[in-house]
Amino acid sequence: MKPVNEMKIEFVSRSSNESFARATVAAFVSQLDPTISELADIKTAVSEAVTNCIVHAYKNSIGTIYISVQIFDTGRITIKIRDKGVGIPNIKKAMEPLFTTGGDERAGLGFAVMQSFMDKIKVTSKIDKGTTVTLEKDIIPRVLRNG
Amino acid sequence: MNIKTEFSDKTLTAIIEGDIDHHTAKGIRETIDLAVEEKNPSALTLDFGNVQFMDSSGIGLIMGRYRLMKLLNGNLELVNLPEHINRLISLSGLFSLDIIKNKGCEQIETRE
Ligand SMILES: Nc1ncnc2c1ncn2[C@@H]1O[C@H](COP(=O)(O)OP(=O)(O)OP(=O)(O)O)[C@@H](O)[C@H]1O
Ligand SMILES: [Mg+2]
Repeated sequence: MKPVNEMKIEFVSRSSNESFARATVAAFVSQLDPTISELADIKTAVSEAVTNCIVHAYKNSIGTIYISVQIFDTGRITIKIRDKGVGIPNIKKAMEPLFTTGGDERAGLGFAVMQSFMDKIKVTSKIDKGTTVTLEKDIIPRVLRNG
Repeated sequence: MNIKTEFSDKTLTAIIEGDIDHHTAKGIRETIDLAVEEKNPSALTLDFGNVQFMDSSGIGLIMGRYRLMKLLNGNLELVNLPEHINRLISLSGLFSLDIIKNKGCEQIETRE
């Protein structure tokens, strides 16, 4: 399936870019006329993935974070968030709710939130090469919403 | 500054404004912890009425303040939770702790 629209951004892993990233993705998917609740879900999931790049992937360094968003004519959106950081040794374990290597102030819920707020999540990772998180969500077309 | 604190009747209220994410959480945490240290309150109330956005960094923030208040034998209360933040907190299972949640959210959830 070919996307009907697509965008790509990249930016350095500074925490001040967390709000930039989620706002930019939200602005792009707004063309599908999502509900406020759908938009909040997307912003939260993007914020989780981007924060993970900053906090974990580039823990002791500054690297580049890559985001691409594709929109399909069915109303499906696919969001890819990619880093070239440390990678995840055990993805299954990392995705378990409450698992964290981030210490006291982290809840270990980022993946659980992405899973719950989006329709689909896929994570691929390679040690010292980086991690890609792919998120999918079907935006219900407005014509069908009230019917 | 995206946080204001008020103190009366042994209760410290922190009114948080704007977005709670990893970038802003540190400043919010430091302001609250400093005020707690100064006032030694028996209850801490976090007011989310003016919060536009929160991700799991906010859950970490709440958990940390819960632990802090337990150390002081005090309580933590969450008020004026917007719908989306309420969903996020429900997902976290935080409501199974003895955190008081009221005003602006009709039903109090309990979990096993
Ligand atoms: N992009 C990444 N690169 C390297 N490790 C990662 C990455 N994303 C997640 N991880 C690992 O997976 C764990 C779980 O991530 P998750 O987002 O669920 O929780 P957290 O970030 O630790 O806490 P929270 O998201 O609640 O603040 C992290 O603690 C970290 O060890
Ligand atoms: Mg995380």
